[in-house]
Amino acid sequence: MAQLWHRNDLLLMGVFTLAVLAMPLWLAPFGAGYPDLLQKLAIYGIFAIGFNILFGLTGYLSFGHAAFLGVGSYAAVWSFKLFTMNVLPAVLFGTLLAGVFAALIGFISLRRSGIYFSILTLAFAQMSYNLAYSVLTPITNGETGLQLTQSDPRIIDRLYVEATSGLPSTELFGLKMSGYPGFYFCAAILIIAFFFSVRIFNSPFGVKLLAIKSNQTRMGYTGYNTRPYLLVAFVISGMYAGLAGSLLAVTDPLAGAERMQWTASGEVVLMTILGGAGTLIGPLLGAGLIKYFENVFSAYNEAVLHQIFAMLPDWLQSAMVFVVNPFVGEGWHLTLGALFVLIVIFLPGGIMEGIRRLSSLVRRIIARSRRDGLQAA
Amino acid sequence: MNDIVLNVSNIGKHFGGLQALENVNLQIEAGKTHAIIGPNGAGKSTLLNVCVGRIKPDTGSVKFLGDNLTGRKPHEINQLGVARVFQTPEIFPELTLLRNVMVPAFAKREGAFKLNAFRKVDNEAEVRDEAEHILEDVGLKEQMNGLAGSLSRGDKRRLELAMCLIQHPKLLLLDEPTAGMSRHDTNRTIDLLRLIKERGMTKVIIEHDMHVVFSLADHISVLAQGQIIVEGSPDMVRGNARVQEAYLGGAHV
Ligand SMILES: Nc1ncnc2c1ncn2[C@@H]1O[C@H](COP(=O)(O)OP(=O)(O)OP(=O)(O)O)[C@@H](O)[C@H]1O
Ligand SMILES: [Mg+2]
Repeated sequence: MAQLWHRNDLLLMGVFTLAVLAMPLWLAPFGAGYPDLLQKLAIYGIFAIGFNILFGLTGYLSFGHAAFLGVGSYAAVWSFKLFTMNVLPAVLFGTLLAGVFAALIGFISLRRSGIYFSILTLAFAQMSYNLAYSVLTPITNGETGLQLTQSDPRIIDRLYVEATSGLPSTELFGLKMSGYPGFYFCAAILIIAFFFSVRIFNSPFGVKLLAIKSNQTRMGYTGYNTRPYLLVAFVISGMYAGLAGSLLAVTDPLAGAERMQWTASGEVVLMTILGGAGTLIGPLLGAGLIKYFENVFSAYNEAVLHQIFAMLPDWLQSAMVFVVNPFVGEGWHLTLGALFVLIVIFLPGGIMEGIRRLSSLVRRIIARSRRDGLQAA
Repeated sequence: MNDIVLNVSNIGKHFGGLQALENVNLQIEAGKTHAIIGPNGAGKSTLLNVCVGRIKPDTGSVKFLGDNLTGRKPHEINQLGVARVFQTPEIFPELTLLRNVMVPAFAKREGAFKLNAFRKVDNEAEVRDEAEHILEDVGLKEQMNGLAGSLSRGDKRRLELAMCLIQHPKLLLLDEPTAGMSRHDTNRTIDLLRLIKERGMTKVIIEHDMHVVFSLADHISVLAQGQIIVEGSPDMVRGNARVQEAYLGGAHV
C-alpha cells in the first residue's frame, strides 16, 4: 500500500482548511465577514475549482458551464419541493443531474477542439437557457423562477411533520441552513471539493490531462485514446458546477433561468483566468475577488460616492464622482472588464503569476542586499 | 528465414495531383534495421504516416505481426507495439522531461484509457526509476526537471526517442532521428540505436545522413518520387548507379 499522504499535501490541506474555516475572522476587516457573502465566495470558489479541472488541465475552454450551474439549482429546488428540505439529497441530486447533462453535452462538444468546442458548449448552454424559458416551463416555472410553495408534496418531510402555514427553510437534520450554519456547510463542501481537485492534479490522470493540453496529437501516437479522458474531465467539472448550483439553492431555495445565461458562463472563465488557470489556488482567488468586488462596487451609487469624496472641494468632488460613477453600481461590469483586459495583457498567468513574480523579486532583492552587506564587511 | 514484422503491400497515396506514393512494397524482418533513403519530397515521411494511421492510403494495406494497421486509429496502432519519432519533434513542451517520459510509460502499463485519479504520480517509483534510467541512456538526465519546450532541436529529438524507448515497442519508426544534432550527439545516438538493436528491437529509419545509414542499416530501400527504385544490402545500394542518379549527385553516397 503506497503512502496515502505526503507531508506537503497535509500541510497544504491543513492551511487551506484553517483559512476557509476562519474566513469570517480574516474577512471581517474587509467588510466581508457576514454569512451571505461568505457563502457566495465559497460557492463560486467551488464553481471555479471545477472549471479549472477542465480548462486548467486540458486547455478546453467551455463557454457553457453556467448550464450545469442552473441544472444543479433546479434539481436541488425540486428535491426540496418533492421530497424534503434536507439539503443532502438536494446537493446529491444537483451534482448527479449536472453530471448526466455534462456527459451528454460533453459527448457531442468534444468531437471538436479549440474554438469550435467553445462555440458548441456556448450553443448548448444558450439552448438550455431558452428551453428553460419556453418548452420547459412546467419544470422551470419560466420567468418567475422555480420557488417553494405551501402545496409542495415534500413526501419525506410529511411523514414526520405537518405542513405549517409559512414556507419551510432548508435544513441539515434540523439545523437551519441560514446564517453561519449555512456558510459552514458550504465551507465544508468547499474543503472537500478542493481536496478532490488536489488529488486529481497530482494523479497520473491529471498529468495525462496536462499532456493532452500540451500536445494532443502526441498523446494519440503514444497510445492514448484522448476522447474519454476529456469526457471524464468535462463531466467532473460539470458536476462541480452542479454542486455549486445546488448550494446556491441551499442558501436561497429559488432557481431561475438567468443563472444559465452566457454571462454567467463567461464569469467563471474570468474568475479562472484572473486567478491563474491551471494552478490549484488561483481560480479560488479569482472567484473570491470577483464576487467580493461585485458586492462592494455594485452597492455604490452617486450618493455614496459624494460621501466618499466629501473631504474634497466641491468642484473636485463633482469631477471625481463624474469619473468614478460609470464604474460602480450597475457599471461594475465595466470595472471587471477593464481589470480583465489589464490582467490578460500584463499578467497572462493571473494573480498566481503576479505572486510568483513578486516573490522572486523579493528573493532577488534579499540576495543582493546580503551580497552588498558582505562586500561592505 | 526471419519473421516479417511489418508488411507493406501495394501502398498508393496521392495529394491532389501529386502521386506521393505509388505501389510501394516493403517487408521488414524481425530484429533488423531497415533504412529508407531518398531525396526530399520522395514520400518517405508519408509512408510512415500511413503506417501509424495519420494518413489513409488510397490503395494497399499494412500488416503488423498479423494485424491489419490500415484503418486503425493512431492509439490502437501504438498499443499494438509501434512507436514513432517524428521529423518535427512531437513532445510535451509544457511538461518536464521526466513527465514527458513517464506519460508514455503509463500508456504502456495501463492501455489506451484508465481512470487513476486518486493515485499519486510521485508514488509511481517504478515508472519514475525507469524514466530516469532511459533519460540517462539518451544523455538528458541532468535536465530531467526542466521543461521540454526549452530544449534544443537535437535534444528534443533525443527526448522523443526516450519517450518511444520506454514503451519497449516491437517496431520503432524513426524519421530523421539525428537531424539538427551535433556530430557528437549524432554519434551518441548511433551508439544508442546499436545497443537497442542488440536487444532485438526492429527498426525503420529514415535518414539523410549517410554516415548514420551505413552505420546502422542491415537493409536499405531507396524511395524516389513515390516509388522504391532500389532495394538491397548497404553494399549493393552504395554502388548503384540509379541511386546516384536519384540524388543527382547532391549527396555523396
Ligand atoms: N498532408 C499532405 N498534404 C498534401 N501534400 C502532402 C502531405 N504530406 C506530404 N505531402 C507532399 O507529398 C510529398 C512527399 O512528402 P514527404 O513528407 O513524404 O517527403 P519526404 O520524403 O519525407 O521528404 P523530406 O526528406 O523532405 O522529409 C511532398 O511533395 C509533400 O509536399
Ligand atoms: Mg520527411
